[in-house]
Amino acid sequence: MNTLFDKIWDSHVVQVVEDGPTQLYIDRLFCHEVTTPQAFDTLRDKGIKVFRPEKIFAMPDHNTPSDQQNFIKDDVGRKQVETLKKNCEEFGITHFGMGSKDNGIIHVVGPEKGLSLPGMTIVCGDSHTSTHGAVGALAMGIGTSEVAEVLASQCILQQKPKSMCIHIDGELKEGVTAKDIALYIMAQMTTSGATGYVVEYAGSTIRSLSMEGRLTLSNLSIEMGSRAGIIAPDQTTFNYLKGREHAPKGKDWDDAVAYWKTLKSDDDAVFDKEVFFKAEDILPRITYGTNPGAGIPINGRIPTLNEIPEADKVGFLSQLEYMQFRPGEKLEGHPIDYVFLGACTNGRIEDFRVFASIVKGKKKADHVVAWLVPGSWLVRKQIIEEGIDKILEDAGFELRLPSCSSCLAMNPDKVPAGKLCISTSNRNFVGRQGPGARTVLCSPLTAAASAITGVITDPRNI
Amino acid sequence: MKAKFNIINSTCIPVQIDNCNTDLIIPARYLASTTRDPKFFGNAFMHDLRYDAEGKPISDFVLNQPAFSETPHEGVHEIIVGGQNWGSGSSREHAAWAIAGYGVRVVITSSFADIHRNNLLNCFVLPVVVTKDFQQELFDSINKNPDTKVTVDVPNQTVTNNETGHSEHFEINGYKKYCLMNALDDIDFLLESREKIETYERQK
Repeated sequence: MNTLFDKIWDSHVVQVVEDGPTQLYIDRLFCHEVTTPQAFDTLRDKGIKVFRPEKIFAMPDHNTPSDQQNFIKDDVGRKQVETLKKNCEEFGITHFGMGSKDNGIIHVVGPEKGLSLPGMTIVCGDSHTSTHGAVGALAMGIGTSEVAEVLASQCILQQKPKSMCIHIDGELKEGVTAKDIALYIMAQMTTSGATGYVVEYAGSTIRSLSMEGRLTLSNLSIEMGSRAGIIAPDQTTFNYLKGREHAPKGKDWDDAVAYWKTLKSDDDAVFDKEVFFKAEDILPRITYGTNPGAGIPINGRIPTLNEIPEADKVGFLSQLEYMQFRPGEKLEGHPIDYVFLGACTNGRIEDFRVFASIVKGKKKADHVVAWLVPGSWLVRKQIIEEGIDKILEDAGFELRLPSCSSCLAMNPDKVPAGKLCISTSNRNFVGRQGPGARTVLCSPLTAAASAITGVITDPRNI
Repeated sequence: MKAKFNIINSTCIPVQIDNCNTDLIIPARYLASTTRDPKFFGNAFMHDLRYDAEGKPISDFVLNQPAFSETPHEGVHEIIVGGQNWGSGSSREHAAWAIAGYGVRVVITSSFADIHRNNLLNCFVLPVVVTKDFQQELFDSINKNPDTKVTVDVPNQTVTNNETGHSEHFEINGYKKYCLMNALDDIDFLLESREKIETYERQK
C-alpha cells in the first residue's frame, strides 16, 4: 500500500534522527553557478573534499547570454560563471562549460543526457528541480546550505513531506498542451495548494503525454508549492531514456528497466490527499496577474472585483495595477511587445516543433521582439537537423543560443519596464523578466500564435 | 549569522504581503554575487519595494516608514510578521541571507513555502507558524502600536503578543530546536554520520 513517493523515499533513508528529520541519501546533485559558490566556500572553510564527486554534474545556465557565448560582459555574472568552473576543477566535478556541446539549462540537460533516471533522489539549488520528477525520480529544489551538505556527505536532512495524487483523465482538447494543464491545475490549487506535499500525477491524460510534456508539467509543480512532482515511469519514459549518453547500457539497461517497472504506486496506496481533474475542462490558458495561479482560459475574462473574496481584493488589485489590466477585461486581442519561447519549462525540441507548426509560412508581427531560446545545445542541434531553424527564419524569427535567457533577469535578455511579454517560462512575478516587466504566461502554441498577430491570440484560431 | 537561540523579546516589522515570493525578498540581479557578506544581502533585502528605479526610498513602504525604519538590533525589529505563503517561488537561499543580513532573527506567519522555511533554519532565522487569527491579531496590534513587543520563547515553543497577552504554541522538532539553541549546523551532524552513509552505500 505504498505510494511511488514512499518507495523512493524509503529506499534512500540512511537514518531517521530521533525527534527530528530523516537523513536521505542523494543519488544526483546538479550544480549551477548561482546557488553554489558559497557552498564550495563552506567546504573550503571546513577543509573537506567533495564526498562523491562522481555523482555530481555542474553547468552554468542563468548568466549565459543567448546572443553570443564567447564572453559575459557583466563583471559580476562573468565571475560567477568562472567561479563554478574553478570550483569544479578544484573539487573534481564534471563541468559542462558555457558554449560547449554538453551545456544547457540544467533541468533540460539532466533528463536528455540520461543523468536523471527513474527511482533516483535528485537535488539542485533551484526550485525547478521538480522537473526531473517526470522521469519517475524524487527531485527536489534545495538551498545553498543544503548544497554544501550534499557536497560534503551526499545526504540532506528532510522532514518527510505528505503525499498527494493529482489524477487527470480523458482526452485533451485541440490546442491544449501540458503547459495549459499545469496553468489550469495551479489556478484550481492556488500557488500554495500543494505546500508540504510531494505530488504524483496520474491518470490517462498523464499517460498520454510525451516525455517533453511530462517534464513541463513536473517543472511547474513548485508553482503550487509542491516539494516535488513525480510521474511513474512507463514505456514512454523507457523509450525516451534508451540510448541516452549516461543511461545504463546492455544488460544493465534490461536490469534497470525491470526495476523501474516496479516504480509505481500500489493499487491500494494511501495518499494524504487526492485531487481529480478532467482533461475536457481544460482550455488554452494565460495568466493575468503576478503569480502563476492567477490565470484564465485564453478566451475568458479577468475576474471582476465581486468575484474575488474580500480578503484577496487588495492583492488582486495590486496585481492588476502592476500588469496594467482592469478587472473583467478580456485579454485576447491585447497588444504584446515581446515573445519568449524557452526556459526549463518549454525549451525542449517538442516546444520548438509546435511553435514552428504555427508560424510556418507566416510572418512575425513587425513590432514584436521574439526570443526563441533552446534549452540546450542538444535541443539546438535537433532543431537544426530537423530544419526547424529554416522555418523560423523564413517567418522572421532568429534562433538564439541555449540559456535561461528571459526567464529571469540575470543575463542580457531583460524585458524593459512596462513592456508586455507573452512567455512560455514559469513565473510572472513582479520584476521577474526585468524591473517593471509585465509577463503573461502561456504555452508555446499560444506564444507562436501571438507572435504572428502581435496580440494575445488563441492558437485554435490560427 | 550563527547565533544561539533562547528567548527573543522584540518589536516587529509588519510585512503584510501574501505570497511574498523570494524574487520580492531579493531580486535576481543580486544573485550573481559570489560573496557571503551579510551586509551585501541585507542591503538588497526587499530592494525593489524599498527603492524606486532612481534609488530613492519609496516612503510608504513599511521598511521606510519612521515607525519601522530603525535597523534591527536587540529588542528592536528582530521579528518580521509576514503574509501567508511567505517565501514562495525560487529556492534562492539569498532570500534567507537577505533577511538575516538585515538583522532579523524570527519570521512569523501563518504559512511558509517549504524550501524557504528550510533555508531560514539553515541561516539561523527562526520560522514560526501561527494561526491566521493570531497572525491577524499581531498585524492589528502592531499597526495600532508599532512599539508592540512579541516574545518568542524557543525552549517553551511559545509566541506571545505582549499587547494582548495572547500566546500560541509553535512547532519545531527536537533536533532542530537543539541545533538552534546551541548554534549547531546540519552539515556537522552529517559529517559525523559518514560511517552510516558508507554502510548505506555498501548495502545498496
